[in-house]
Amino acid sequence: MERANLTIKEASDQLKERKISAVELTRAYLGRINALNEKINAYVTVDEQSALKAAEAADARIAKGEATPMTGIPIAHKDLFCTEGVQTTCGSRMLKGFKPPYDATVTTRLKESGAVILGKTNMDEFAMGSSTETSYYGVTRNPWDLERIPGGSSGGSAAAVAAGLCVAATGTDTGGSIRQPAAVTGITGLKPTYGRVSRYGMIAFASSLDQGGPMCRTAEDTAIMLQSIAGHDAKDSTSLNIETPDFSALLNKGIKGLKIGVPTECFGEGLEDDVRSAIDEAKKVFADAGAELVTISLPYTGVAIPTYYIIAPAEASSNLARYDGVKFGYRCENPNDLQDLYSRSRAEGFGSEVKRRIMLGTYVLSSGYYDAYYRRAQKARRLIANDFTKAFESVDAVLTPTTPGTAFKLGEKKDDPVQMYLSDIYTINVNLAGLPGMSLPCGFDGNNLPIGMQLIGKPLDEAGILRIAHTYQKETDWHSKAPDLSGIA
Amino acid sequence: MISDNYEYVIGLEIHAQMLTRSKLFCGCSTQFGATANSQTCPVCSGFPGVLPVLNREAVNMTIRTGLAINGQVRLMSEFARKNYFYPDLPNGYQISQFELPIIEHGHVNIELTKGADKKKGGPMKRIGITRIHMEVDAGKNIHEGIVGASWVDLNRTGVPLMEIVSEPDIRTPEEAGEYLKKIRSIVRYLGACDGNMEQGSFRCDANVSIRRTGQAEFGTRAELKNLNSIRNVMRAIEYEGGRQEDLLESGGKVIQETRLWDPTKNESRSMRGKEEAHDYRYFPEPDLPPLIVTEERIEQLRAKMPELPDDKKERFREQYGLNAYDAGLLTGSQRLANYYETVAETVTKAGKSDNKIAANWVAVELLALLNKNSIDIDKSPVSAVNLGNLVALIINNTISGKIAKEVFAIMFETGEAPGKIVKEKGLEQVTDTGAIEAEVDQVLKKHAKEVEAYRDGKTKLLGFFVGQVMKATKGKASPKMVNELLRKKL
Repeated sequence: MERANLTIKEASDQLKERKISAVELTRAYLGRINALNEKINAYVTVDEQSALKAAEAADARIAKGEATPMTGIPIAHKDLFCTEGVQTTCGSRMLKGFKPPYDATVTTRLKESGAVILGKTNMDEFAMGSSTETSYYGVTRNPWDLERIPGGSSGGSAAAVAAGLCVAATGTDTGGSIRQPAAVTGITGLKPTYGRVSRYGMIAFASSLDQGGPMCRTAEDTAIMLQSIAGHDAKDSTSLNIETPDFSALLNKGIKGLKIGVPTECFGEGLEDDVRSAIDEAKKVFADAGAELVTISLPYTGVAIPTYYIIAPAEASSNLARYDGVKFGYRCENPNDLQDLYSRSRAEGFGSEVKRRIMLGTYVLSSGYYDAYYRRAQKARRLIANDFTKAFESVDAVLTPTTPGTAFKLGEKKDDPVQMYLSDIYTINVNLAGLPGMSLPCGFDGNNLPIGMQLIGKPLDEAGILRIAHTYQKETDWHSKAPDLSGIA
Repeated sequence: MISDNYEYVIGLEIHAQMLTRSKLFCGCSTQFGATANSQTCPVCSGFPGVLPVLNREAVNMTIRTGLAINGQVRLMSEFARKNYFYPDLPNGYQISQFELPIIEHGHVNIELTKGADKKKGGPMKRIGITRIHMEVDAGKNIHEGIVGASWVDLNRTGVPLMEIVSEPDIRTPEEAGEYLKKIRSIVRYLGACDGNMEQGSFRCDANVSIRRTGQAEFGTRAELKNLNSIRNVMRAIEYEGGRQEDLLESGGKVIQETRLWDPTKNESRSMRGKEEAHDYRYFPEPDLPPLIVTEERIEQLRAKMPELPDDKKERFREQYGLNAYDAGLLTGSQRLANYYETVAETVTKAGKSDNKIAANWVAVELLALLNKNSIDIDKSPVSAVNLGNLVALIINNTISGKIAKEVFAIMFETGEAPGKIVKEKGLEQVTDTGAIEAEVDQVLKKHAKEVEAYRDGKTKLLGFFVGQVMKATKGKASPKMVNELLRKKL
């Protein structure tokens, strides 16, 4: 197994046909991790023993003919999905060594489907960042160019999938954290409708925006993995109590007659030319497949970033209050008193981006500023959502770039938070509106770096955008390109 | 205490721990007194990634309480986070309700003791209730017996509370006491809270200010905390009023602050001023969708409401012909009211009914002994049926009231039925005219001097003769018959 770009579908078929066993497959991926992870740093924790045990169980299940499409598939979890008994760091010093006594619902569901968990992937600390550079566990490198960022915050998962260090991975997306890394590493990633996937056991950044989702090689794989994690969960009061469609069954319906909206606001200043022309090419593919491309307007796109940087830090400042050095996680040495315990544990346990956002959030919620910031941001959020509601009256999906440019260099934007925040300019409004959005590869720039495009669906219409993406991937082969890692192994 | 130149303006905030089996947002038990941290889970301990799930029963209890205080139930209410750091608050925020509480615009009527009349009761006063909202209780920090550290017990963390906030309608410490009693009685009737102030399951903070009599605007208020009995609430308010008047009269100013009541010293001290007040940074709880309550749900809960204290009191006055005082006393708790109703019913079944005597025996004799021995009405050694039968024995002249007290004392000791005691001890009233007449003749013979004095007009001596006859019959003679016979023979 020397292919980095094996898909869930292919692996699942081979397992079922007994061409390979789950244990063999798992060993092959563990081998690749051993060879490559040191350079890429996609994983924070690799759990060989549990992985092999799960693989054995998967083989037994396959033998009994009780396999699901995920059975025996080696995957990785972003290190903010709680895994019972396995360190879950959230990319932070604060949670170094923290072993949760429970599984996240996403973890449980994937375990139940028979997936093999190889380990936990690196991420921006508490999912705050777009480059995985804020992790306490070192930067993750982009397999396409080791001097570049893999995107973030789910950069470890994206790099792992792109480098063939797992077949697929979970990610989470609060403002673009699945889609942006997927775009800059050339993979396919989907952020479901808010409430489609349970947030239970997923360490919170901004509760009203966070959503977990699959990061895979193809739309077909994304449909398979989404199927196993989606659905109502009584433990998450914001998870939607509605039926989950059969995503795979709806993939092949074609896109004839579908209307795809192209918002003018997303193709203006700041967009790199290579990205623009890649998307122009993609539009032709859609048109050839029978879709109609319609120019639309999302007038409130411009306020998405300021709105997001009020709501997300506000929620984060509260969500992260529990890390106080009292019950679990990092505790400073020899505190003088309670106040000292709090301030030093938090000052030493959190990195600077997390502290920046806690301060921002604390400020916008404080008495006297709440109306000017938080309340206004909530109103703006509604206007952004209304933009989409109106657009979806005339189109079935919306097409935009995922990011303004391709992967930037490590350190390039690290000290310029505003530039960093602008990486999410096309993805953030999707979270604010609670809509499903996905990124899929649509070309390469002059530096042979992957370019991603984003498809945004109506509420709960993951099936719709997956079908468009799958149609595209049947006509193109960008998604099957893999980086050449022979030089580093 | 304040002088007549001033009046109080008081508002009370009550925290009532709800009697649900599990916590507000997780399945942990709410049982009091378990081993520290044995009733905790990742949700109430604030672990990463876990989420709250609302307890339906707590919502029902709050709605029922809202209906009982004539409040409006919001069909859409909202949870909010109140952010502050403290070790007994593992999330770093308390889940509460802020801008949109579930209950608004309620009121209760209290009966004032000032100008009260035993028969008709006191004048009524309406106290507005601004809101009732749900929130979680915090845990407990334990400092005793530990050097250089504190321990934290999270068993209480997440236990559901109702916060009941009154309007600043209360004008005297007595009104505050009456209001508290009324609310406590309502939540007890509903089974929503056990109302135990000493154990802290029913807590009260008082916002107190004073103003010159006749002045319209409010003065600056102080918030009083650590008031663990109704008596302490009243005393702390009195003290606070005096303190504020002294300040104002000596040219000072009242500052807005939180003060802690010290019940042993009978005084309060400043805990924190306005500057040190927390900025709680409330915002809507993003882990919980807005709470939607349907009209049907409210109506279903309304249909199952028990008879409430005010209604029961009214019914006791009408049905049993009791005065306001007795009716109020007997309906103070549902269990006491039930007890009385069983007594009254037993008496009626036995033949003649006399609700007033029944009321007297419950409200005076029984309660005195129960209170003296700190026994709850539920554990009364005298069952309601037995007490009813005892009252019946009095009414049908089997025993006199005096003997009845003796029998009652034995009943309280042994729990035995009154009929059995009376029979075994031969305490039946002697109503045989011949037997009594013989005793009367004996007494008159023995006290010839007094008989003469009586006949000379010293009629007060009648009591003396009655006493002698009763003594001779060991109290068993019917006093009525003894009186009649004596009058006849003298």
